Amino acid sequence: MAQTAERAPAGVDRGTLGRMLRQWLPETAVLDHPEQLRPYECDGLSAYRKLPLVVVLPDTIEQVQTVMRYCASQQIPVVARGAGTGLSGGALPLENGVLLSLTKFNRILDVDLLNRTARVQPGVRNLAISEAVSASGFYYAPDPSSQIACSIGGNVAENAGGLHCLKYGLTVHNILKLQVVTVEGDLVTVGADSLDAAGYDLLALMTGSEGMLGIIVEITVRLLPKPASAKLIMASFDDIEKAGNAVGNIIATGIIPGGLEMMDNLATRATEDFVHAGYDVDAAAILFCELDGTPEEVSDDIEQVQKVLEESGCTDMRIAQDEQQRQLFWSGRKAAFPAAGRLSPDYYCIDGTIPRKKIGYVLTRIAEMGQEYGLRIANVFHAGDGNLHPLILYDGNQPGELERTEELGGKILELSVEVGGTITGEHGVGVEKINQMCVQFDKSELSQFHALKAAFDPNNLLNPGKAVPTLSRCAEFGAMHVHKGELKFPELERF
Amino acid sequence: MQSVGQAGNNVDKEISLLVKQAITEGVPLRLRGGDTKAFYGRASEGQPLELRGHNGIVSYEPSELVVTARAGTSLAELESALAEHGQMLGFEPPHFAEGATVGGAIACGLSGPRRPYAGSVRDFVLGTRIINGRGELLRFGGQVMKNVAGYDISRLVVGALGTLGVIVEVSMKVLPIPAREETVRISMLCSQAIEQMNEWAGQPIPISGTCHHDGTLYVRVSGSVKGVEAAIGRLDGELIDEGAAFWHSVKEHRHAFFADDRSQWRISVPQAAPPLPLDGEWLIEWGGGQRWLKSDAQAVVIRKQVEAVGGHATLFRGGDRSDEVFHPLPPGLFNLHRNLKNAFDPQRIFNPGRLYREL
Repeated sequence: MAQTAERAPAGVDRGTLGRMLRQWLPETAVLDHPEQLRPYECDGLSAYRKLPLVVVLPDTIEQVQTVMRYCASQQIPVVARGAGTGLSGGALPLENGVLLSLTKFNRILDVDLLNRTARVQPGVRNLAISEAVSASGFYYAPDPSSQIACSIGGNVAENAGGLHCLKYGLTVHNILKLQVVTVEGDLVTVGADSLDAAGYDLLALMTGSEGMLGIIVEITVRLLPKPASAKLIMASFDDIEKAGNAVGNIIATGIIPGGLEMMDNLATRATEDFVHAGYDVDAAAILFCELDGTPEEVSDDIEQVQKVLEESGCTDMRIAQDEQQRQLFWSGRKAAFPAAGRLSPDYYCIDGTIPRKKIGYVLTRIAEMGQEYGLRIANVFHAGDGNLHPLILYDGNQPGELERTEELGGKILELSVEVGGTITGEHGVGVEKINQMCVQFDKSELSQFHALKAAFDPNNLLNPGKAVPTLSRCAEFGAMHVHKGELKFPELERF
Repeated sequence: MQSVGQAGNNVDKEISLLVKQAITEGVPLRLRGGDTKAFYGRASEGQPLELRGHNGIVSYEPSELVVTARAGTSLAELESALAEHGQMLGFEPPHFAEGATVGGAIACGLSGPRRPYAGSVRDFVLGTRIINGRGELLRFGGQVMKNVAGYDISRLVVGALGTLGVIVEVSMKVLPIPAREETVRISMLCSQAIEQMNEWAGQPIPISGTCHHDGTLYVRVSGSVKGVEAAIGRLDGELIDEGAAFWHSVKEHRHAFFADDRSQWRISVPQAAPPLPLDGEWLIEWGGGQRWLKSDAQAVVIRKQVEAVGGHATLFRGGDRSDEVFHPLPPGLFNLHRNLKNAFDPQRIFNPGRLYREL
């Protein structure tokens, strides 16, 4: 491995490349000793590891431009990395490439409260933005589970979601402008400080493009006023399909809850053991419905939702009495991943999204498939937007169990596509789901993706091999594997 | 003139064949829905490709908050189908005339008064089916709220004025119609109104529309019955009866302001930007983010002022439609536009020059 890494296919060796880059970057901003490179060998998807040729840690836009100009001239691939918390291997390094870390870009540059925007560098943590404006009554809405650690640049690259997407949108709905360094090292502004920009909507295109189209070096985000009031209802159901229907019934009343989440019985029992939130462990499913807005709106809405839940056949219903209880009720839902990790030596997480009306059908099918494969599956999901996270429990030490798990995971993703959904709702394709892209898109669609990529990066130097499979690659399936709790960043909530 | 008839899957193929024929013959196409926004963009020559015949709602499940419609579907028909279930298009697209289509609304990317508070056209687009410049029928995005598989081409085609492909079908998120909606009127100077609108937007008040014209600020609030009542109390203005008609007139440009022979500019600036020192008459919307200007001032003068505050100016109606009507882009950014056009429509078959002369 060290041998192949020393001699890159492009003909540049590690030492030479390091020396070249030190001409333009400070000594400490270029890492080229294998032991220095080790922390960068994977992101949150630790099953995939590769040592990059060199890591660079620029702290000015000019340095990023210089690195890109040099790499483009030498045909050296570049992988951008934020906090490295991504779950799909989007920041997995290339053995013949430069890993460009943006962690030094960690400053909030400007907050404009009247326009409700903040101009930030890509390495700023998601939660740090909300913390910086909290005292003024504002926040940044997208709240991925890793928000205490993940960077805003990574959020843009993955179009990160969170618990409040149905009402407040994804990253794409909450940003206004980007500064992007192109593969040739040019700096372009995408989007604007105004609500729209002239020309094609490159802001939407860059969002979720997984580092394939450019290096994001500055982001202007939108800030929202904090809701004046938030209330959480927790309802039990003796049948998972009834719980699924209740979700549709709530939406049908014309209320858009701030959060609408669901857990099945296995997930509920696992999380109750973990956080002791007082969940109904006999329920087939628990539904969490959070209503936010002005106190008047919330009191109107909560009455209606209670009525709908009763009519939908809930067996029990509790409203969090205070902020402390609200947080406690949420805590189990947010701890679902580590809780699943206590049920089984290994688990495997799926990120399919399905139309809400298919919830009952899909959950029934998943349970049947689990039985067929002899594997237990705990289901937690963002019910409001149909984003399902089935956690397949398995033991990697049992011969053949990992293979069966992989196959089952693939079947679940195929099922998501079959019912009109998608293989990834919020974790991204990266290297993890690159093969499933072949299920969701046909040859001409993949070719259009490649043509689009070439419009930005004709020599395929930005994060090559990720996000969109080559036509010849379209073969088998993969997914997120966690062995013996070896999830990187185990301290982060994963939901 | 080429046109497509019966709705259904075969029509996709029919359009695709017409596109392939145009590619073979090297004949540029002018994509046409209801022909209600033909004035918008640069003058563009081409053989009309009529898309109105490709119509109908493909699927609509109110509890999913998602509707899928063929591009030729009349916007009015779609909106009334949604209203039957107490839902609406959150971006309030302008029709401008009878016969406006869904495809036209997506291609033009224009949003109404609710835009700064609920989102723009592209914010609500979840998926599209398009025919690219190779005549291939492609599907991007889908009918679910969250989808990060592949590049977001569904949103890229919004506002591209048909220059990247023929939109044949679109899936959109829809919103519930608020239980109550009221409008208040307050006398206020322009500069003060801009500041006030932005201060309110920073507070949890359910505002859903703002407009300032001729010394009067109009504010619409939407939501639950009690929520709207409380909001009216906070705004402290004069409640008006004809609120719905007022917002309709602003959205559809039927308001007296828009009846004028002068060139009409759409000025998009940061919402809180102070009034710009440009000669002409103004109507301000979107909390200050969208400003309409009737002016005889030179394009270069207007664009310089607008650019200075970080915005862009579009010659919306009137003026010289053979010159650039959208704000010229810096060379690096324009290069990406040119490459993108080539990636989707290498032979420049679709609406050549409608967005920018070179595209």
